[in-house]
Amino acid sequence: MPTSPTEAEPEYDLAVIGAGPAGLAGAVTAEELGLSVCLLDSSPQPGGQFYRHPAPALRAARPEALHHDWPAFAALRDRLAAGTVRVRAAHHVWTVERLAGPDGEGRWRLHALAGADGGRPVRIRARALLLATGAAERQLPFPGWTLPGVVSAGGAQAMLKSGLVLPGRRVVVAGSGPLLLAVAATLVEAGAHVPLLVEASGYLDYARHPGVLAAAPGKLLEGAAHAAALLAHRVRPLTRHAITRVHGTSEGSGAEVRVNAVTVSALDRDWRPLPGSERRVACDAVAVGHGLVPHLDLATGLGCAVRTTPDGASALVLDAGQQTSVPGVWSAGETGGVGGARLARIEGELAALAIVSRLRGRPRATAARARRLARARRRLRAFAEAMAAVHAPGPGWSHWLEDTTEVCRCEEVTAGCVRAAVDGLGARDTRSVKLLTRAGMGWCQGRVCGGAVARLTGSPPGPDRRPLATPVTLAALAATPPDRPAPDPTAEPASDARTGPTAPTTDQPSADTGPTRSDTHRGDLP
Amino acid sequence: MRRRRRTPVERVLARPGPPFEITFDGRPLTALPGQSIAAVLWNAGVLAWRTTRVAGRPRGAFCGIGQCFDCLATVNGRPNQRACLLPAAPGDAVTTQKGDGRADLAD
Repeated sequence: MPTSPTEAEPEYDLAVIGAGPAGLAGAVTAEELGLSVCLLDSSPQPGGQFYRHPAPALRAARPEALHHDWPAFAALRDRLAAGTVRVRAAHHVWTVERLAGPDGEGRWRLHALAGADGGRPVRIRARALLLATGAAERQLPFPGWTLPGVVSAGGAQAMLKSGLVLPGRRVVVAGSGPLLLAVAATLVEAGAHVPLLVEASGYLDYARHPGVLAAAPGKLLEGAAHAAALLAHRVRPLTRHAITRVHGTSEGSGAEVRVNAVTVSALDRDWRPLPGSERRVACDAVAVGHGLVPHLDLATGLGCAVRTTPDGASALVLDAGQQTSVPGVWSAGETGGVGGARLARIEGELAALAIVSRLRGRPRATAARARRLARARRRLRAFAEAMAAVHAPGPGWSHWLEDTTEVCRCEEVTAGCVRAAVDGLGARDTRSVKLLTRAGMGWCQGRVCGGAVARLTGSPPGPDRRPLATPVTLAALAATPPDRPAPDPTAEPASDARTGPTAPTTDQPSADTGPTRSDTHRGDLP
Repeated sequence: MRRRRRTPVERVLARPGPPFEITFDGRPLTALPGQSIAAVLWNAGVLAWRTTRVAGRPRGAFCGIGQCFDCLATVNGRPNQRACLLPAAPGDAVTTQKGDGRADLAD
């Protein structure tokens, strides 16, 4: 039950953003220990990307046929159904602001857009915030990657798991990272032929981290299970290789436009393609991805501190109880460094225990549980760091780009344009490149190209900063209720910390346009 | 040994309600209840339903989860709809979106 100050803006003890493995585990654990919890997710159904499954109307009797570790999700879903967690599906949270609560304690106000067209503004208050926003795919461009039929590896899996469709019948899977094994295994399970799995790193590099492997045998078994599934379908991973060209037709319309082959090249240890090693492989689709990166738009908007992971990504700095550097904001799962679904569940549970402790005092008989979870977290975190090191993009990757290769898909900015901005005009950071070339300025706001542009620019690693975590229409902003203090007869009108004791508390246009925000976030898009 | 089920729909033992029809550039396509517009197009072998603003190149779904905006389509006359997120509904008319899909505003 929300301890609601107003009907229009219900308040909960805890708001969880993201209903993947981490968010689900955090929400059900906190609710079972007595907190009022609201769980928000942009998808119509819980599960996140990992446990994405068909819409109810498709009436899939065995969604687990396309999944690994489905029982863990089924257990979380059952606990969710048995409890009182308020699930707000199809809610896109676009920003979070800090308010002064009536008791002097901070409150978080979440702004979301709900409904099929994402046009209905919703506001929610919470005493504690758990960010479980997961990860996004890292994409490195290559010649021909904008041809229809080249899709992201995670995208191919998402379309398959939710819509039960394949981009083609012969799908080359390429890039780097353990997700490729899972994607290839899912594709062959669904009836596709995977003629080749192309990995830019070498799996043998894991052997350089023997202690980590021995401590996380489950991870080895997971990899072995994928490898066995692939062997059964005669899918042979080709390591230290990359796609260096895509062949196909981009003229005409409809079914004529598609990929018909790829050229694959051997790479040196730095991922630089070796001339003369090219071979051509026939296919009608390509699923590509170069690992995952933490999805931090909301976290960086709140000012949470980040660290750089071994693969050059930014991840949140978290304490032993999963709290970020901002008091009252916790995070679990991929946001702290990409480590997989099991680690995410463990961290979600740990975060919930810490949040309950903070709001209600240490719950009975949870100390042993927390110690057990913390041990598992330590092992899996070490594995995650080793995995990031093994699959870190090599500096030589940009040698497979041609000047005409598009880097920014939205604004159609080529590698040649980016290089001209860097080499000819002296741009040293993504912001300068953006201003000179429009790279990162389009619909996706640099979500796809930002990492590649940063690498081509040689700018130091840093988190993406986007004041709006999801596109917001002017109509939705206009429909947002005016930001006035809730009518509360016990509170002094002048006690609102947003406006200060001398400011008028009503009809202040500047306060009505949206959340207050530090100037350091302005214009800092990649 | 049991024969492998060959399509995703068969693999998950899906028993959706009756299929319905949508159109793509006037051509009828079969949709299953619960599928997105992009899923219906993929199922029909259509991978491109937009041309880019600058070079007029064909594009379709890329990220599949609403992040990349490559799958924008004009649906029932409304441009810039993310086909990978939008559920298909009976009678939907999907048309290839040219550029920003707002040529009407340029007149």
